[in-house]
Amino acid sequence: MSVKQAEFTRAMMDAGQPVPDGLIDHQARPAGRRFSVYRNNVAVSLTEAMHSAFPVIAKLLGKQNMDGLAGIYLRRHPPSSPLMMFYGEQFPAFLEGMEQLRHLGYLGDVARLELALRRAYHAADADPIAPEALGALPPDQLMCTRLALAPAVQVLRSPWPVYAIWRYNTEDGAPRPPAVSQDVLVTRLEFDPIPQVLPSAGADWIRALMAGATIGEALEQAAAADETFDLGATLALLLQSGAITGLDIKG
Amino acid sequence: MLDTAAHNRLPAAPGVGYKPQHFAQITADPGRVKWLEIHAENYMGDGGRPLAQLRHLSERFAISVHGVGLSIGGEDPLDADHLARLKHLVGWLNPASFSEHLAWSTHDSHFYNDLLPLPYTVASLQRICDHIDELQDTIGRRMLLENPSSYLVFAESTWSEPEFLAEISRRTGCGLLLDVNNVFVSATNLDFSPQGYIDAFPLDKVGEVHLGGHDEDEDDHGHPLLIDSHGRAVVDPVWALLDYTLAKSGSRPVLIEWDNDVPDWPVLEAEAARAATALERIPA
Repeated sequence: MSVKQAEFTRAMMDAGQPVPDGLIDHQARPAGRRFSVYRNNVAVSLTEAMHSAFPVIAKLLGKQNMDGLAGIYLRRHPPSSPLMMFYGEQFPAFLEGMEQLRHLGYLGDVARLELALRRAYHAADADPIAPEALGALPPDQLMCTRLALAPAVQVLRSPWPVYAIWRYNTEDGAPRPPAVSQDVLVTRLEFDPIPQVLPSAGADWIRALMAGATIGEALEQAAAADETFDLGATLALLLQSGAITGLDIKG
Repeated sequence: MLDTAAHNRLPAAPGVGYKPQHFAQITADPGRVKWLEIHAENYMGDGGRPLAQLRHLSERFAISVHGVGLSIGGEDPLDADHLARLKHLVGWLNPASFSEHLAWSTHDSHFYNDLLPLPYTVASLQRICDHIDELQDTIGRRMLLENPSSYLVFAESTWSEPEFLAEISRRTGCGLLLDVNNVFVSATNLDFSPQGYIDAFPLDKVGEVHLGGHDEDEDDHGHPLLIDSHGRAVVDPVWALLDYTLAKSGSRPVLIEWDNDVPDWPVLEAEAARAATALERIPA
């Protein structure tokens, strides 16, 4: 009467399944409620992990709804590694797939922002360049330069006021979110991740840089998306956020 | 590799499970706390504050790395990626000790974030020893294996837990981590004598002792069911069992684990001070 871990796991994750036969108490009676300790431990620990990973989503939904969603999520997507710091990768898409949450279309992007902040927190350290290093370049050389960005840097595009929603739920006295779309830049100065709203087409420009384009090539792509793209302001944002870690100057 | 040569073994003194919210107080005045334990998996990011704090703490304290995710008792092969991460962490930090659990937590590539129980049989013994050999070969050092908290029994088990752990230690050369609270929890839940368990335990193999708090519940028949929650103070009968253990084993590094509802630093430090008092009663 050997209890296989597949059988144990199935019964642990589905309370509708019977407790495996070979699990007993010290008087050889069926384990019953004793087995429920494991059912409970797993559900509670993963639910708590979801609460601490997505505090803004939990606040927007309320504790009870978050508990319920986490209970469904943890059974559909149990962790795929012991690194709980990265648990919840599929949560944005999961939220967007829930019929009863359709009226809260922004939840997925808010969850994406929380994931990005967590990734930034654990990203590799990198020393930013001194801002003067860029300022010293003549304009034609600047356009031929490629930028290395810190591992913490991420760009999130959203049709929702995702930054404003995040801020409204994390900062006392923050303004009510306006009805606009917001692209967000996530960076990290020393240890604390910082989200900031990107200017129009800023996301196009930074994503082009990340794909290996020069500043000039990326500028063409950004200008194609929005001819009013403000290169100076977006570049300054990267510099001030410690996001640029290296320059590759051609010619 | 960090230069941690000054802290290359755990002192026979109190340590605590490190929580980031205590960083400022620990570095300002650790009180009676002489060493720290971290959960390996919380320091497997690429950088940022967790690793910076750990680097800083390792200059001042002996560090014990306690893994909670390798699934040594798993039926599946060990996760090669996770072994590589452990090797990297232990290689970089050069900690005073590395320990893991007699348990499993991963099956079919899913990690369940809990320490799940094992039958004590010839087959599970072989599998666990193979995994410990693989781990010790990978990280290039001897590990300590911790006894679990038990809530139930496998009908198929043919070994007692102390005998099973002694045999694993004999075959693999690993040391043991004796969690005295786990002994008390299991003994209460399964109606055996905790002192008898300690008497049967290979105390000469014990490199570290754990203490923690537990919750109280009951089973379907109204029998007490203690749950290893690490969410409150160590209870008096567990302190008494520590005294009993140390009187037989001699001084050992003693760790206070408090992982949930983490208290303010003075409360945790007071638990460590109580462990210091228990250690002072033991001839060195």
